[in-house]
Amino acid sequence: MRESIIMKIHYGTALGAVALVAVHILMRMSQKFSDSLAYQNVLANYHFLPYALMLEVILVLLSVHGFNGLRVILLELKQGATYERAINYGSIAAMAILIAYGSRTILMAGMGIS
Amino acid sequence: MATVTVPKEEKTAVVTSPESTQKTVTLRIARINPPESTETKFEEFKVPVQKWTTVLESILYVKQNLDHSIAVRYSCRQASCGSCGMKINGKPRLACYTKISELESNVITIEPMNNFPIIRDLAVNFEQLFSTHKKMKPFIINEESEVNSDTKEFIQTPQDLEKFLQFSYCIKCGLCNSACPTMATDTSFIGPQGLAQAYRYTADNRDKGKKDRLKIVDQSHGIWRCHFAGSCSNVCPKGVDPAMAIQLLRGYLLGFGK
Ligand code: HEM
Ligand code: SF4
Ligand code: FES
Repeated sequence: MRESIIMKIHYGTALGAVALVAVHILMRMSQKFSDSLAYQNVLANYHFLPYALMLEVILVLLSVHGFNGLRVILLELKQGATYERAINYGSIAAMAILIAYGSRTILMAGMGIS
Repeated sequence: MATVTVPKEEKTAVVTSPESTQKTVTLRIARINPPESTETKFEEFKVPVQKWTTVLESILYVKQNLDHSIAVRYSCRQASCGSCGMKINGKPRLACYTKISELESNVITIEPMNNFPIIRDLAVNFEQLFSTHKKMKPFIINEESEVNSDTKEFIQTPQDLEKFLQFSYCIKCGLCNSACPTMATDTSFIGPQGLAQAYRYTADNRDKGKKDRLKIVDQSHGIWRCHFAGSCSNVCPKGVDPAMAIQLLRGYLLGFGK
């Protein structure tokens, strides 16, 4: 993929994350902070489909942004064809694993499996 | 055969003023001779200075009078050729364009530029800078030519000129590359010098090479590895502002600017 496309995704995911994390924080502020962490309230979030979907989107945005950012740091740290290929595929794998693991939590909590 | 000998006293009298009013500073010059040794040693030299003495002149004083073996590259002595870049009191500067008096210090530490392979002492290797510069296609790309009898001169308004004039003042001294924090670890990075020149030609309304150049800079060690530190523009002796050029060039890739 061309670097400009990757970086447009990087900036886009950052902007998307700012917007959605703002919504996420505002939702937390609709109740007392300690209440927002109460077991039943946390579970209720996951049962509320639009909110659970938003959490999923934040998960994807930040996994992509974070691991691409890490890829950038590692590319600048050391150079070499094999190393760079490993970094590129490694970061895609890390994104996929984190998204899969996070989605598992969201899905299980949403379906009431614990 | 008549021989002319210059009296020793006279020779020094030309470069120095009377002892009592004589100002001297200490030059600490980095000595390094790879691959024999990668260790840098500093040698100190006391040199007489006037208020107009440049760092280059004081190094040449050392070479003429105290130690001729110091390796230093220079040519024009007037900030035009880009040969004499070095780190002076920690900052990359042109030795011929830096007066000792402006440094406001009695000890002047002189080192080779960062982010370049060292040949010896203060002389660094410019091969990568020049080859990267060439890769940016630093010339007007246009099928039509101004010199054909049936074509006219390309028209360029003062506004067209403004778009790139500042960036055309680059003398390839490499100070910007030596100040760049990305270049410190990313040896494949194009660097501010090359990126600024890619912009200079792309922004020229006579040029038709925009697509080619954008493709060259849009790679994993290209324009996106600039993180807006701005150190390049801070050290450029010609006011080129490579950081600005990089952002303008990035604008093309993000779809702003024509
Ligand atoms: C939501 C707020 C955020 C915004 C607006 C944002 C914005 C940005 C931008 C613009 C860059 C590119 C900087 C450059 O090219 O110099 C960047 C890089 C980066 N971001 Fe984020 N980011 C945010 C959150 C995060 C989070 C939560 C993480 C960690 C998961 C993260 C990890 C990184 C990394 C590792 C880099 C690469 C380092 C760098 O280029 O300086 N960012 N971010
Ligand atoms: S942009 Fe400035 S600092 Fe960089 S090489 Fe050109 S003249 Fe030197
Ligand atoms: S000697 Fe030419 S720029 Fe300094």
